[in-house]
Amino acid sequence: MNTTPEIHRDDLASKTGMWFFLFTEMLLFGGLFIVYSIYRFRNAEAFHLAAHELNVAIGTINTIILLVSSTTIAMSITAIQKKNKKLALIFLGTTILLGLAFLVNKYFEWGEHLKEHIYPGSAVLALRGQGDVLFYGLYFFMTGLHALHIIIGLVFIGVITAMIYRDKITSDNFVLLENSGLYWHLVDLIWIFLFPLFYLIT
Amino acid sequence: MDLPLPPVLSHYLNLTIIMENEKNHIIPYRTFLYVLALLITLTLTSVAITQIYLGTLTVVLALVIAAVKSSFVLRIFMHLKFEQKMFSIAVIAVVLILCVVIIITFLDYLYR
Repeated sequence: MNTTPEIHRDDLASKTGMWFFLFTEMLLFGGLFIVYSIYRFRNAEAFHLAAHELNVAIGTINTIILLVSSTTIAMSITAIQKKNKKLALIFLGTTILLGLAFLVNKYFEWGEHLKEHIYPGSAVLALRGQGDVLFYGLYFFMTGLHALHIIIGLVFIGVITAMIYRDKITSDNFVLLENSGLYWHLVDLIWIFLFPLFYLIT
Repeated sequence: MDLPLPPVLSHYLNLTIIMENEKNHIIPYRTFLYVLALLITLTLTSVAITQIYLGTLTVVLALVIAAVKSSFVLRIFMHLKFEQKMFSIAVIAVVLILCVVIIITFLDYLYR
């Protein structure tokens, strides 16, 4: 395939492009954080009570899961640089499993809310007042958008893992692995702010 | 080599050397493990702090801890510490834009 020596490749440009995409993601979630803080400011009491109902234990476990998965994908880059393909694959496999574990926890967490008829547009929620509607609307939208990013990240990492397995990504051509790592770290970064804002600050 | 290189070409050669050096920068596994230990400690600290009710201080502390955590993720996990300055400057610019928008929005709501 890419064995011709004159093939053009610009890793710096590739990484720059990825960073610019990440900036749009930061501004997307940043905008949502502003909406959250304004609504919280205007409905302090309702947000205070509603935030108490979230499960801090599951939130903490999910935070730690994401932090560990960020570490394993970062370590897979070190492994590929040291030409240790097998270890890189193990690290990436661990990252994918941890990402799935995060989603499983989210499934049970959302399941609890749905059982209590708390979801956007629910009549039970509407009876509790405007503040609760806003809190849970933002909660479901922002954690849902974040979970969507987890799913996209898992697909991205899955493709990269297959490429390493087939030697399409090697110790002298791993910018794609770095870019998938950057995306995954960004997802972690967003959760670092989502977690205290929804679960901790009450 | 005494051949005078055209400036564009010599600049390009320097660039490739810089890029190759960066590519060879390998972060040891243990660095990541230290950062992970620190991040988990900070997470648990912020959970512990917010269980005590301190009013506005709780919010400030939780956000400061989140900011410290993200700086480690950005600098070590996302390699900003080892990349060209350009990337760090761009990230800081994005954060500043967000801060300005937050301040303007709040000024509007507070003094409307």
